[in-house]
Amino acid sequence: MGINIKNISKSYGDLKAVDAISFDVKDGELFGLIGPDGAGKTTIFRILTTLLIADEGEATVAGYDVLKDYIDIRNHVGYMPGRFSLYQDLTVEENLEFFATIFNTTIKENYDLIKDIYIQIEPFKDRRAGKLSGGMKQKLALSCALIHKPKVLFLDEPTTGVDPVSRKEFWEMLKRLQQKGITILVSTPYMDEAALCDRIALIQDGKILKVNTPKEIVKGYPKKIYDISAGDMYELILSLNEYEHNYSVYPFGEFVHYTDKRNDFNLKELVNYLEHRNLKDITIQETQTTIEDAFMELAKE
Amino acid sequence: MKNKTIIHVENLTKMFGDFTAVNAISFEVKKGEIFGFLGANGAGKTTAMKMLIGISTPTSGTAQVADFDVYTNPDGIKKNIGYMSQKFALYDDLTVKENITFYGGIYGLSPRQIKEKRCQLVDELGLEDVVNELVISLPLGWKQKLAFSVALLHNPKIIFLDEPTGGVDPITRRQFWEMIYKTAHNGTTVFVTTHYMDEAEYCDRVSIMVDGKIEALDTPQKLKQQFEVDSMNDVFLKLARG
Repeated sequence: MGINIKNISKSYGDLKAVDAISFDVKDGELFGLIGPDGAGKTTIFRILTTLLIADEGEATVAGYDVLKDYIDIRNHVGYMPGRFSLYQDLTVEENLEFFATIFNTTIKENYDLIKDIYIQIEPFKDRRAGKLSGGMKQKLALSCALIHKPKVLFLDEPTTGVDPVSRKEFWEMLKRLQQKGITILVSTPYMDEAALCDRIALIQDGKILKVNTPKEIVKGYPKKIYDISAGDMYELILSLNEYEHNYSVYPFGEFVHYTDKRNDFNLKELVNYLEHRNLKDITIQETQTTIEDAFMELAKE
Repeated sequence: MKNKTIIHVENLTKMFGDFTAVNAISFEVKKGEIFGFLGANGAGKTTAMKMLIGISTPTSGTAQVADFDVYTNPDGIKKNIGYMSQKFALYDDLTVKENITFYGGIYGLSPRQIKEKRCQLVDELGLEDVVNELVISLPLGWKQKLAFSVALLHNPKIIFLDEPTGGVDPITRRQFWEMIYKTAHNGTTVFVTTHYMDEAEYCDRVSIMVDGKIEALDTPQKLKQQFEVDSMNDVFLKLARG
């Protein structure tokens, strides 16, 4: 059950959007597809929800084959596309009713499942969907994707362009849905959200870079990372980029994440170098690897 | 050099009917500063930014941007600033070269200046091989870097960036910030909105809007001290969640 993907490829003309991708999502898992725009995330979603046919490979969703059993899949999955695709000129309640009716059910029958989410927009149930704020649209779209009690829920970049507060609330909702037994495949370009998934696939340019738990992915990072700061951030980046032993130099919030080509090196030497470049208030300390460090390292290879 | 005020805003307000989208905000931005303009969706950031770039007239309050008044000389502002947003930046169905020429023309550069700038820009961004390709065929990250450079063609005093890095891969996102640092280093003021809280840390100072008002404004370090948290993400959550 869950989702099985085996060697799926899809091209648009000359562009290979998805290149021989394989991974499994276990039943009941919250699985994240993490990668930038153009990585192939939406294409994978469209193949799994039977809206697009792959050029090669096989896939099953909740035990159903995406080609042979496409009608079963449509009955048993919920899909929230990246672009808002409800009926703008129907009200909140009409949209929800419409989706319930299509799936031969009623709002009442599955109200329990959406209650948490829908209750927040219920005061606006007579408002047209087109007139809702971004956050409310998102909640309505999720309610509509859930109204037929799907086994598997597909969420394509539900938090893109959403502020950190609403993002946090959205992920709390997802965790609650997962506890109700729904398998969730969610995509996001925000690397910090990866840590909230059970397992993740890092994806770029149509290829999977890695599939594992966020913890194991971070563990697999080959280098020690140092947080470096100095008075002048711009000069610091320039200087580190010109340092002959640098392996990687990436700004990370208030610090630069620095790794060295050598496995064993003397921090003093680096400090001296930076002081020679007239940098002031230099601090260097070892730091934790993040998913984003791991992603950049894998993307480089 | 950093002491010159380049944006001066006092009690700036914008109402739509009964709704106060921007509620008497006041702040100053200095020359060469990287100023982060943060807030939740619907907090009023876009409305405020539209007034500052001269395309929306305030209901009340005052604002001078690059020494021009938002009421009396919005066109003066437009000539002296650059603007780039994630949603719209370049014409997809023009080539790289055509986009540069088009924007150069809009900004009033002479054909010779346009050619010089184009060569310089293409060289800096390593776009030699794609200069005659349609912009639509470029990877998103390249497009964003090109859009940023194009918005700087006329050497504006201030560049406004509205979520410039949304959806961009992490490596390109960092290259983009290196371009921002360089720009500020050369004296252009950078006014930027973002939903990536690590990027908020890159700013010299950050303001956070909540329901039309600026509820916090300081260096990232001081904001973290003030709210007794370790990251700008937590500052944001504390403020916006109340």
